[in-house]
Amino acid sequence: MNCRSQVLEVSVEGRQVDEAMLALLHTILLHRSTGKFHYKKEGTYSIGTVGIQDIDCDFIDFTFVRLSSDELDRAIRKAVGEFKDALRSSGNDGAGQISLEFYQKKKSRWPFSDECIPWEVWSIKVNVVNLANEQERQICREKVGEKLGEKVINIVEVINRHEYLPKMPTQSEVDNVFDTSLKDVQPYLYKISFQITDSLGTSVSTTMRRLIKDTLAL
Amino acid sequence: MEADLSLQDRKDLDKFIKFFALKTVQVIVQARLGEKICTRSSSSPTGSDWFNLAIKDIPEVTHEAKKALSGQLPGIGRSMCVEISLKTSEGDSMELETWCLEVNEKCDRDIKVSYTVYNRLSLLLKSLLAITRVTPAYKLSRKQGHDYVILYRIYFGEVQLAVLGEGFQTVRVGVVGTPIGTITLSCAYRTNLAFMSTRTPAGDEVLEYPGVEDSQEVCTTSFSTSPPSQCVFSVTKTQLQNPKPAVMDTLKVPMMGLAFSHQLCSSRLSYQPPTLGSADLLCPAVLNATHLHQIVNQGKDGGVPLGPVQLLHGTPADHGKISTCNTADTTQHVPATPSSSGEETEAMTRSNETKSSSPTNALEATFIRKVGALVNKPTTQVTTASLDLPFAAFAPKNFDLEENDIMLHPNDSPPPESPLQGSLHSDGSSGSSGQTQDDFVMVDFKPAFSKDDLLPMDLGTFYREFQNPPQLSSLSVDVSAQSMAEDLDSLPEKLALYEKNIDEFDAFVDTLQ
Repeated sequence: MNCRSQVLEVSVEGRQVDEAMLALLHTILLHRSTGKFHYKKEGTYSIGTVGIQDIDCDFIDFTFVRLSSDELDRAIRKAVGEFKDALRSSGNDGAGQISLEFYQKKKSRWPFSDECIPWEVWSIKVNVVNLANEQERQICREKVGEKLGEKVINIVEVINRHEYLPKMPTQSEVDNVFDTSLKDVQPYLYKISFQITDSLGTSVSTTMRRLIKDTLAL
Repeated sequence: MEADLSLQDRKDLDKFIKFFALKTVQVIVQARLGEKICTRSSSSPTGSDWFNLAIKDIPEVTHEAKKALSGQLPGIGRSMCVEISLKTSEGDSMELETWCLEVNEKCDRDIKVSYTVYNRLSLLLKSLLAITRVTPAYKLSRKQGHDYVILYRIYFGEVQLAVLGEGFQTVRVGVVGTPIGTITLSCAYRTNLAFMSTRTPAGDEVLEYPGVEDSQEVCTTSFSTSPPSQCVFSVTKTQLQNPKPAVMDTLKVPMMGLAFSHQLCSSRLSYQPPTLGSADLLCPAVLNATHLHQIVNQGKDGGVPLGPVQLLHGTPADHGKISTCNTADTTQHVPATPSSSGEETEAMTRSNETKSSSPTNALEATFIRKVGALVNKPTTQVTTASLDLPFAAFAPKNFDLEENDIMLHPNDSPPPESPLQGSLHSDGSSGSSGQTQDDFVMVDFKPAFSKDDLLPMDLGTFYREFQNPPQLSSLSVDVSAQSMAEDLDSLPEKLALYEKNIDEFDAFVDTLQ
């Protein structure tokens, strides 16, 4: 099947990177998670309830909604933190891309390992700007807030096209479709990766190597 | 064709749509409360969380939504709309956005109701949650409070977007196809935030609810006795430019005033209904905000600030007609219902009194007196006739005051205008302030906002009695009796004693660490 891919672009100041990424990733995951499945006899299942909470950004005039799941939040924050560190270490004019990929596992016969087949990839391109004074920062706060609002509308638009979603799995297959490791919510299987583009515009391939390693490790 | 849909599926679909509409209203209203929302995930399904989302149900909002729907469901040509508007403390109001839940004829027959439609509706609700934080009204609603409040209104029928001014923008939240039609959720929001631009009703525009001035409608209001600051009223129009199938229900609830608002700020708590005119009282045109302000101002006496004023007819517990003005122009609002025991609204629960002495004002002012915070007592009601005004003794006693002053201070030029000034003078003229206070301060010192029929002692008496407390006995030892030498002599004995008990002191210090 074809994997659909969406690209979002934002320009933010260095200290806004964390929150901007969190806002967008959480918005996507809000839509791509369900409650925990509880399988009952005869193949039926019931779905748990997900809670939601508002998060205010400190460096951006923006509030976003995320699932009430500390575990999920920690996982996303960790990935975003790594991305930010990589951006920072790459130099002042940081530019990079963080990708959230939803995939399905397909069991292969031995000796081949399971395949991960992505069905939706969200790429967020980030361009880090440097601002000279406080006034510019204030303007940047508001502007980035508005931009993030537009991105949220884009995300919602794409999601509401109701394009391909994996079929609801049976109990034995649920781990091929959903990430069941969290205790309160159940997102679709996802992975977050990132690339840093250095100032010449060429992409650094360390993370690509990591992706391949992950695939092989499965 | 609807015949393709099984009966069970049809029933399910209707139920889904109904609860979807109710949850939509909850999400929108909660997003405009001005507070951050936080609900918990629960891995074990409780069965009461529709669409697998933990969205709280505010009872009043559900009630209003059900009332607006009046047993019908959103359908083709019957849209459910939630209108969000802003109302300033001066009484100006402006519609900010309209959220519309519409159904069109495009049907998706192959879709599975109990599964796909349900999940897509859940997704749509999540999208709604995200989008409600993105429109401009969200930021405004987070900052509501002293200067303005955010109100909502639910109506059913045709969408009215003209109230949003020119250049309004539309955001589509999402669509869900069902066998009986496609459900669309969208939001139209105002971009032109200039005030007064849409307040005058155009010729063919129906007033959704009466404005603050020049109301041509006769409204009946009923106050709900549930959480304070809740006004529920239905509007029946005397002038209907467009015949509407259903009575428009208008609920104005200041968002901060709802029960789970923990941070109480006096100006956020309530909202008065717009002007009421009943035949025997002033015509509505008179009862406008500015006029009320004048009336209220006339009641001011010597600079006594007028606090929250609530003019109401009827007994507190009743639902009654309001025949007096709205006080929307005063920056402080008083809850509409008096049953506020347990609410920490100390600052605002003491309603003030005003002299409605204007001859042109036929207002009969009935004041609901509220007791202080956390006092579980029924409120009392005071009518104008029995009002004890603060500094009431001023008015008749002013004359006496002046007399006294003149007698005691013949050389003083203008006699003091207030008892406070009088007492200042009295301090100068005689020794002990306690005695002369009786001469120059009026006998019943009634500080503003302090009178309370239920306590035996009022603040004024308390203040006077404890203004000159007796000296502490330790301080009243006659200093001259003790000499420095004696002090020094007793010092070694004290030191010896302390050294003996040094272990005790050390142990004490250890316990402190």
